[in-house]
Amino acid sequence: MGSSNSTLSKIPNLGRLIEETGFTPAHIKRLYKRFQALDKGNKGYLSPQDFGSVKELATNPIGDRIIGAFFSQGQETVDFHSFVRILAHFRPLDKNRAKRPDSPEPINSRISKLRFAFQLYDQDNDGKISRDELLQVLRTMLEMQVTEEQLESIADRTIQEADLDGDNAISFDEFRKVNADTFLRIPSPVTPSQITVWLIVL
Amino acid sequence: MGWFPSPFDNLLCMLLGISFTVWFTLLLVFIIVPAIFGVSFGIRRLCMKTLIKIFEWATLRIERGAKEKKHLLYKPYTNGIIAKEPTSLEEEIKEIRRSGSSRDLGAASQEFELSDIFYFCRRGMESIMDDEVTKRFSAEELESWNLLTRSNYNFQYISLRLTVLWGLGVLIRYGFLLPLRVTLAFTGVGLLVVLTTLVGCLPNGRMKSFLSEKIHLMCYRICVRALTAIITYHDSENKPKNGGICVANHTSPIDVIILASDGCYAMVGQIHGGLMGVIQRAMVKACPHIWFERSEVKDRHLVAKRLSDHAEDKTKLPILIFPEGELLKSGVHSSAIAPLARASGLCMWAAGIGLWEASFSPAFLFLGLSSGTCINNTSVMMFKKGSFEIGATVYPVAIKYDPRFAEAFWNSSKFGMVNYLLRMMSSWAVVCSVWYLPPMHKEEGEDAVQFANRVKAAIARQGGLVDLLWDGGLKRDKVKDTFKEEQQKLYSKMLVGAQEDRSRS
Repeated sequence: MGSSNSTLSKIPNLGRLIEETGFTPAHIKRLYKRFQALDKGNKGYLSPQDFGSVKELATNPIGDRIIGAFFSQGQETVDFHSFVRILAHFRPLDKNRAKRPDSPEPINSRISKLRFAFQLYDQDNDGKISRDELLQVLRTMLEMQVTEEQLESIADRTIQEADLDGDNAISFDEFRKVNADTFLRIPSPVTPSQITVWLIVL
Repeated sequence: MGWFPSPFDNLLCMLLGISFTVWFTLLLVFIIVPAIFGVSFGIRRLCMKTLIKIFEWATLRIERGAKEKKHLLYKPYTNGIIAKEPTSLEEEIKEIRRSGSSRDLGAASQEFELSDIFYFCRRGMESIMDDEVTKRFSAEELESWNLLTRSNYNFQYISLRLTVLWGLGVLIRYGFLLPLRVTLAFTGVGLLVVLTTLVGCLPNGRMKSFLSEKIHLMCYRICVRALTAIITYHDSENKPKNGGICVANHTSPIDVIILASDGCYAMVGQIHGGLMGVIQRAMVKACPHIWFERSEVKDRHLVAKRLSDHAEDKTKLPILIFPEGELLKSGVHSSAIAPLARASGLCMWAAGIGLWEASFSPAFLFLGLSSGTCINNTSVMMFKKGSFEIGATVYPVAIKYDPRFAEAFWNSSKFGMVNYLLRMMSSWAVVCSVWYLPPMHKEEGEDAVQFANRVKAAIARQGGLVDLLWDGGLKRDKVKDTFKEEQQKLYSKMLVGAQEDRSRS
């Protein structure tokens, strides 16, 4: 009769994880099963190769960057906690969250989502999206389909529009401002047991 | 003074004796005799229908109970974890952009925006959380609860009635069904060994093959009843004929019993010691199976020759082979199976539920059990390039299990063989469907891999299984180019098309 509880009891620091990420125990259990399914060698952590078995990720132009987002600087492994924390970015916004001044920014707030997306561009983590970094992303998204000149013109135009302080790069603040107008996509009613992935840009 | 057997002891002995007699008589009448003649009383189907009704009631009860207590129901796969909406790349990106209300909808919005990356990011995250391929290879989660706690994640105390029902189920399954099935299993196997040895004493001839066919069928039917397998055979006119090779998808080790109870096949495998070996040696006396000594297995030419000789001989039974799945366990080399697999020249693939993690087919299971190893990736790759040396007719067969009654998928990394069999025997029943597909030949100009893919696609289509081309990391670089290009094409069409418009205007 205790099969549901035995899985959860295997996860250390469950309470803290729930508090930090805002997932429910049912979600966490589901994610744990997913983690175990991806962890082919039963190692207890994931390595970049484990993500390779996800077919749709390999066909995603920025698949490598997404995988890289799970591994923080210099790390070769990601444990379950970090796995869940990264995925927590994509939880829908808590609309009725009371703003407590001393509490840390929740993982799924607008700012956090934006920061996550910013880091996909800014691979060297210097706080700015340089022209080169932008070109790199454009190249992976478009590759053979456009010429190098077209890529460069797209990159130049984008920087021109976004760059406010004239340093020919996009900082996080400028990134935020560019995406300031895109507002929430109102999700359709979702049953609590399904996790919806929305990227809300503001 | 001494110990006098009290009258109660006598009574007890008598009762035991009577119950055993009754037990065995019932067994004989209701199970063994029909197995001999291949008829069925239909009791199993009746039970199946009753069980389905009970399961539905149980599921509704759980859902109601969960709602009352406001527990979050761990709802199994309807769409997986994600509420995915099937929108196209273009629509989604447009919507992301469009939500910036201050912008004008026109050619300007068709250009690249920094926010476009979000679409790909979201897709990526969705697939990490839940994707088609990996989803298939964990045990399918059920929509309805089948009163087995092993398949239910929601089980908390809901109502007295439900718990009583569950308790009753446990009692019936472990107290009545399990001993019954174990007895049958032993009977079946025992009969197989004894009778085939007897038949083996006869001189080769029509009588011998006729008898051996009957005996094999009978014993397999008893084993089928030992698992309480309710099998529906479709398209029996396509049943494999002599001189061919029968190929089926592989979900569990009991596949071989299911197929062999409907027709006679020649099995392929390596000789074991112990009980398995006794069974194998007995079987081969009655009709020609292909068993290899361990040393022979390494000699691929010998293996290939024996297989092709057998296949060419039209009087011999069709060979039963399960294409293996790919095993992603790392580090362990297979010494025995790779040469056999390569030499038999058949191409392998991962098709159907459970093949990813599953161990070998029973035919190859013998190999697996003895060497205790798994294929590493390179063997399977080499396999695919192996030529179809035999060139015989291939009879595809699709086997599909109904997950409502028992979890047929064997996660070999979690459970051993005996554990798995016990789980099977203590479930309600094993319900499955078998489709015999029309025979296929390798066409001119088709290479082995293409033929294999064709056969695999036919099997997958019939069984309603997902046809998985994905090799799980094997050909990752290749996939990147072809499939990724499609995404890129779609995206660039959006952008570049707009740019051209702009330059024109």
